[in-house]
Amino acid sequence: MATIYARGRTSMAGRLLGTFWKQSRTGAGIAVWAGILVVLAILVMAILAPWIAPFDPNVKVANPETPPGGSFPMGTDRSGQDVLSRIIWGARVPLSIVAVSTILSLVIGLPLGLFFWYKGGRADRLLVLVMDSVYAFPGLLLAITIAAVIGRGILNISVAIAVVYAPTYFRVIRNHVSSVKQQTYVEAATALGIPRGGIISRYILPNVSQNVPVIFSINAADAILTEAGLTFLGLGLPPGIPDWGFDISLNWQRFDYSWWATFYPGLFILILATALTFVGEGLNDILNPLLRKRAPPPAGGA
Amino acid sequence: MKPLLEVEDLSVTFETEAGRVHAIHHVNLELTRGITLGLVGESGCGKSTLGRAILRILAENGAVTGRVRFDGRDLMGLKEKELRTIRGRNIAMIFQDPATRLNPLMRIRDHFIDTLRSHEGEIETKDALERARGVLADVRVPVDRLAMYPHELSGGMRQRIMIALSLLFHPTLLLADEPTTSLDVIIEAQILDLLRNLMHSYDMSVLLITHNLGLVAQFADRVAVMYAGEIVEEGETVSLFQEPKHPYTQGLLRSVIDLETTQLYSVPGTPPDLLGEPKGCPFYPRCNQRIEICKTVDPTPKTVGDDGRRVACHLY
Repeated sequence: MATIYARGRTSMAGRLLGTFWKQSRTGAGIAVWAGILVVLAILVMAILAPWIAPFDPNVKVANPETPPGGSFPMGTDRSGQDVLSRIIWGARVPLSIVAVSTILSLVIGLPLGLFFWYKGGRADRLLVLVMDSVYAFPGLLLAITIAAVIGRGILNISVAIAVVYAPTYFRVIRNHVSSVKQQTYVEAATALGIPRGGIISRYILPNVSQNVPVIFSINAADAILTEAGLTFLGLGLPPGIPDWGFDISLNWQRFDYSWWATFYPGLFILILATALTFVGEGLNDILNPLLRKRAPPPAGGA
Repeated sequence: MKPLLEVEDLSVTFETEAGRVHAIHHVNLELTRGITLGLVGESGCGKSTLGRAILRILAENGAVTGRVRFDGRDLMGLKEKELRTIRGRNIAMIFQDPATRLNPLMRIRDHFIDTLRSHEGEIETKDALERARGVLADVRVPVDRLAMYPHELSGGMRQRIMIALSLLFHPTLLLADEPTTSLDVIIEAQILDLLRNLMHSYDMSVLLITHNLGLVAQFADRVAVMYAGEIVEEGETVSLFQEPKHPYTQGLLRSVIDLETTQLYSVPGTPPDLLGEPKGCPFYPRCNQRIEICKTVDPTPKTVGDDGRRVACHLY
C-alpha cells in the first residue's frame, strides 16, 4: 500500500481507500469491516429470499407454535407460518425502507445545509429554527405522526423516516460549511473569480463531505429501529408483507408459549442495527482523526 | 494619463455584536499605471480590508460605500456577477499564508483548470494544462508539480503557484496582501524578485499591502501610510522616507531597527478602538505634536511641498 502514499499521481479515492486500508487492522477498521460484512450478509439474504427461504412466508405450513427443530429451525408462529422464512423475506422491507429514507434525507438535508453559504441571514435562521424543532421532536413520535397522516406503504414510511433524519444532515453540514467557508482557500478562490456554484461544488462540498458516510450509517442504524417501531405499531405496511417489526407485534403476546416467534425477529433487528452502528462509529473514528487522536488536556494549565 | 485605480471616499464598516466597526474611513487613493504603491500600517489599521474592499470580497457583515474606479469603470456599481469576471482576470489578488490558500482536496492542475474554465467557459483540458505550464515557467515552478496536492508543496512553492494562478489572464493590477509575511527571508527575497520581474514582463501595477517598511523601501515607487482606517500620509517613497511629515509616519520610521540601534523606539500607546463613530484625528491620543484642534476635527489630506506629498495633519 505504500504506493498510495507516494507523491502525486494517486486520486482522492485512492487516498481515502489507502487510509481506510491502513486503518483496517485497528479497532475501528475491524468494527467497520465486521459491520459491512453483516449488513452485506443480510442484504444477500434478502435478495435471494425466493430461493433460500424454505417455505412461503405467508402460508400455514405446520401446526401453530411448533418449537424450533427439524425442518423448522426457528419454529413456527401463532399462524403456523415458518419463522425462518418470514425472517428471510422480512429483511426486504427494513432494508429498502432504510435505503430509501436515508438517501431521501441526504438529498433533503445536504443541499439545505449547503444553502447556508448562499443566504446566511434570515433564510438561514428560519431554516435552522425549523430543522431544530424537527430535531428536538422525539424521532419515533414524529415518524408515527407523519405515517398516521400520509398512510401506509413502503414509500410513505420512508418519507416519514426521512423527515426525521434530514435535520441531522442539515445541522452537521451547515455548521461545517460555516467553518469551511471561512477558510482562506475559499477567499482565494473568490478572488480568482471562481463563480459561487463552483465554490460550493468544488471547494466547500468536498471539504464537508467526510461527514456524510458517518451520518449515513448512524442514521441507517437508527432508522432500522424506527422502522421496526412503526411496523410494530401497525402503522407501516399493508398486511401480508413479512417484516420483522410487524412479526413481533403479531406474536409478542404469546411470548410465554412460543418465545421463538418474537425472539428471532427481534434478534435480527438488533443484529442489523448494531452492524450499521459499527460501520458508522468505525468510519467516524477513521475519517475524523482529530477526534481519535485528541490528546488529554494538559494538567494544571499554563 | 488617467490613473489605473482610483479609490474615492471609500468607507468600510462591519456590523458586529458590539456595534459598528469603522474599519476604513473616507479613504482616497490613486494608483498610476505601471507603478507599485506600498500600503503600510500596523496590524488592524485596515490595509488588508482596503484590498478586499476593492475586489468586494469582504466578510458578509461588511458594508462598503464610496467609489472605486478601475480603468475607467466604477466597480462599486457592478453587480456581483460582473465583478466576478473582473476578479482574477483584470485584478488579481495574492495573500499571506499561502500554505492555506489552495484547496487541500484539489490537485494543482485542477486549480488551473478550474480558474481557466471559470473565466473562459469550456476549455480542453489539454489546452488548459498548456497554459498552466506557461505561467508555471514564468514563476519558475517545475511542471511536475501540477500533479501534486497542495500539502506536498512548500510554502514558497504554494505562493508561486498562487501567483501563477493570478497571472493566467494577464491582469493589469495585482493586489499583494503581505505576500511574503509567512515565508522565511530567503524565500521572501526570491518571491519579491519574481514579483519585480513579473511586473515588468506582464506590465502590471501592484498594490503592495504590508507592515514591513523595509519591503516598501526597496519595492514601492510610492507609499501610503495608513492609521486607524485612514490614510495619514502618501507620497513618493524616497522623499517620504527621508522626510516624513505626519507625526505617525515619523514615529513609524523611528521604530525601524538598523545596525546602530541600541534602544528600540516605539510609538507610545495603542491604536484606537474602531468601534463607534470616529471623532477628531485618530492619532490624537498618541501624538507628540498634537494641538487643540486635533481633538475635535479630523484633518483632511492636503498637498504639502512640491513633490506631490499628501498629509492629513493640522500641522501643515
